[in-house]
Amino acid sequence: MPQVSLTVNGKKASAEVESRTLLVQLLREKLGLTGTHVGCDTSQCGACVVHVNGKSIKSCTILAVQCEGAEVLTIEGVAKPDGTLHPMQNAFRENHGLQCGFCTPGMVMSALDLVKNNPAPKDREIREWLEGNLCRCTGYHNIVKSIEAGAAAMRK
Amino acid sequence: MAENVGIGASVLRKEDFRFLTGRGTYVDDINRPGQLYAHILRSPHPHANLKKIDTARAKQAPGVIAVYTRHDVNEDKLGGMPCGWGVKFKDDTPMKEPAHPMLATEKVRHVGDPIALVIAETRAQAKDAAEQIAVDYEILKPVPTINDAIKPGAAALHTEAPDNVCYDWHIGDKSAVDSAFGRAHKVAKLDLVNNRLVPNAMEPRAAIGDFDSANGDYTLYTTSQNPHVIRLLMGAFVLHIPESKLRVVAPDVGGGFGSKIFHYAEEALVTWAAGKVKRPVKWTADRSESFISDAHGRDHVTHAEMAMDKDGKFLALRVQTLANMGAYLSSFAPAVPTYLYATLLAGCYATPAVYAEVKAVFTNTVPVDAYRGAGRPEASFLLERLVDVAAKEMGMDRVDIRRRNFIPNSAFPYQTPVAVQYDSGDYFGTLDMALKASNWSSFRDRQQEAKKRGKLRGIGISTYIEACGVAPSNVAGALGARAGLYEVANVRVNPTGSVTIFTGTHSHGQGHETTFAQLVADRLGIAMDQIEISHGDTGKIPFGMGTYGSRSLAVGGSAIVKAMDKIVNKGKKIAAHLLEAAEADIEFKDGKFSVAGTDKSKTFGEIALTAYVPHNYPLDVLEPGLDETAFYDPKNFTFPAGCHICEVEIDPDTGNTTIITFTAVDDVGRVINPMIVEGQVQGGVAQGIGQALLESCIYDGNGQLLSGSMSDYTMPRADNLPNVDVSTHVTLCTHNPLGVKGCGEVGSIGSPPAIIGAIVDALSEYGVKHIEMPATPQRVWQTIQAAKGKKAA
Repeated sequence: MPQVSLTVNGKKASAEVESRTLLVQLLREKLGLTGTHVGCDTSQCGACVVHVNGKSIKSCTILAVQCEGAEVLTIEGVAKPDGTLHPMQNAFRENHGLQCGFCTPGMVMSALDLVKNNPAPKDREIREWLEGNLCRCTGYHNIVKSIEAGAAAMRK
Repeated sequence: MAENVGIGASVLRKEDFRFLTGRGTYVDDINRPGQLYAHILRSPHPHANLKKIDTARAKQAPGVIAVYTRHDVNEDKLGGMPCGWGVKFKDDTPMKEPAHPMLATEKVRHVGDPIALVIAETRAQAKDAAEQIAVDYEILKPVPTINDAIKPGAAALHTEAPDNVCYDWHIGDKSAVDSAFGRAHKVAKLDLVNNRLVPNAMEPRAAIGDFDSANGDYTLYTTSQNPHVIRLLMGAFVLHIPESKLRVVAPDVGGGFGSKIFHYAEEALVTWAAGKVKRPVKWTADRSESFISDAHGRDHVTHAEMAMDKDGKFLALRVQTLANMGAYLSSFAPAVPTYLYATLLAGCYATPAVYAEVKAVFTNTVPVDAYRGAGRPEASFLLERLVDVAAKEMGMDRVDIRRRNFIPNSAFPYQTPVAVQYDSGDYFGTLDMALKASNWSSFRDRQQEAKKRGKLRGIGISTYIEACGVAPSNVAGALGARAGLYEVANVRVNPTGSVTIFTGTHSHGQGHETTFAQLVADRLGIAMDQIEISHGDTGKIPFGMGTYGSRSLAVGGSAIVKAMDKIVNKGKKIAAHLLEAAEADIEFKDGKFSVAGTDKSKTFGEIALTAYVPHNYPLDVLEPGLDETAFYDPKNFTFPAGCHICEVEIDPDTGNTTIITFTAVDDVGRVINPMIVEGQVQGGVAQGIGQALLESCIYDGNGQLLSGSMSDYTMPRADNLPNVDVSTHVTLCTHNPLGVKGCGEVGSIGSPPAIIGAIVDALSEYGVKHIEMPATPQRVWQTIQAAKGKKAA
């Protein structure tokens, strides 16, 4: 079986995988990083969004072996090691931007990439950016509010 | 209390930290030592006789531990999937209740019907091996829709129901209704469909069976809204395992909306298999598998008529509904189009006579059961659409006809003609608030302005009612429920004064860990970080019926209140002893037990410690410890109600509908956490908008599911939805200790008729009376073209 070596949340990791293993399976099943979720099988839901080499990507849509040498950031690597929430995570909490929590890691990872490219996104821009992230609980209203507030906090 | 965390405060959620840092524990996140993986071979055919099933090659495939089929189920004498609610025919004979096997026996009856369970070392090996199973099908003619099922000579799914009818039930006074129609000034009539939906909680279902061969104990980890119900149904009816040997854990669950109430075959399969192979067995649904194995929702075809007098007063309502049960009876399916639907057909109106007939039919589709609102969205859609048609028929304003027929505030408690008794409400109040918030009175100006831009603008209104907090057990039992519907709470005061609440309800997004903690902070006067809410584990919690039908606060919260009352009463006895006062003189307030009129007091923590270190304690009359359990059986349903107003703009060239504003004013009774209530309503409205504009579960004529993946089924996305303006108008529930009614479903119940009403209003210049859901751009455009064609002709 092929061996893949990569950096996840700043730490070196390597694992033996099948050629067909997806990045999300590597993260969840081999590295025990279960914060990245699988909500569909057609790359629609976005619960599995992580950052690969600084860009958000659906980790169900890339093979683990394609990530050889890559820098991967998952939801587990977003808060400070002492547990202090990132301003974006904090904004989700303060604006009730999550209910069941299943889509939340993908939402936060997606939001962070949006803000990287657009530090002050407006309501419509956020809604269009979230085209690839599904939530069944919130109706998105509070997710949009959270991302606006998170972006504002990150600008400070 | 230093901080404002009690009833009425928008306390931030305690559960958020773990979810935001990726440290929630959902079932698929759990891995047991030595765990194997299960894959289920499912039928690709909607209707076929199952002849030979050859598993020989699959059993030899790499990594395969076992392959089980009907043969093994029979050999182990396992039961089928039970149904928890019986409904009767009009002549009082019981409904047809065909067997629902865990693994298909002589026939398969829907695409997705499970045939074989493959267990292997890895998920991929199990999946690969399933492809090596050879199944010999004898294809039968499928019956995919309600109309197919009731055609004379239609193929029968079950020998027990040769006409595919599960039951033909009725409620209300037929002769009173007939006589009212006889003297009606006008009659409004409407045919409508309530479109079939797929719940699609974001977390796909998953289950892990674990067997401890040293003690013979089974554990099932499952994505359930009600672990105790699963333990009861699976243990007693399917696997014949005593409760004492079966623990069911529902950890963090990623949304339910009803679809995770039911006992599913996969739960029993992995538990059974774990006992056979003596290793843990995990199954996780692929999303496409969820589409063909999770119970679907809605799917009604209805004809309704309203009789009115010359003033537009409703005289009587007559309803005939055909309801799709799917291929088998899911756990609570029979109750949904009967007791959760027809009993709500009076709505907010003082209609003196109502008669409803409901025929439930089997089809070659996935079973249909409760989905957010469960029966009540179907009732409110029908009734509110019909009221709009009635207004048109009478030449009356839609708001005026509603006001004219509302149950007046002075009439509560109000007995409806369809069995239920509303305890409280203020329909005029919610209506007035919503009219104001939505700027209803200036709408025609906005419509004119839109017209100048070539857009069709419309406004729609719905004044709905629903029933939550199911239900008094004796009433539910009389109506066919095969279980009690109380809720259970255990309040454990720990020796140093912190409190752990064990609740039989389950939180899968609702925020119970916060709301319930607020109840405790408010009553016992202790800090939020000293309160822990434990749920979802039959090994920890005494008992419970779980979370559905917006019952958790009304029933589960009431049980917590009752158990806390017992704690306070016992605390008073301990305080009386310590303070050398009479028990009757002890007051409990803000976390202190005091002797009335003195400065003598003991803190809650001191009393707790005394209870567990009973050195100075009335041991002759009082047991040590401070740990109380309460079962609360509700006295009645609760009846949330409200007014939803939707304003839309339609592009006549494309048929595309944009929601401009959505206003919801809901009476959910006392609000414990306004932030959470607002979130629940917004989420519910989003699902209502999904039903009205986007979502539809479609089977083709061959019984194949066309909308079988998230690429094919239109889930509402952020850019489809508006911001939703939510407010509440409170009348208290009169019969539970908190005065709460429930907020989880109002959004999906109240919104669809307001949205469709708005579209019909926008299209009124074309003479459109009704449009079916989902009102997709294609459907709206075609409706406009058809109307134009009619005009031209």
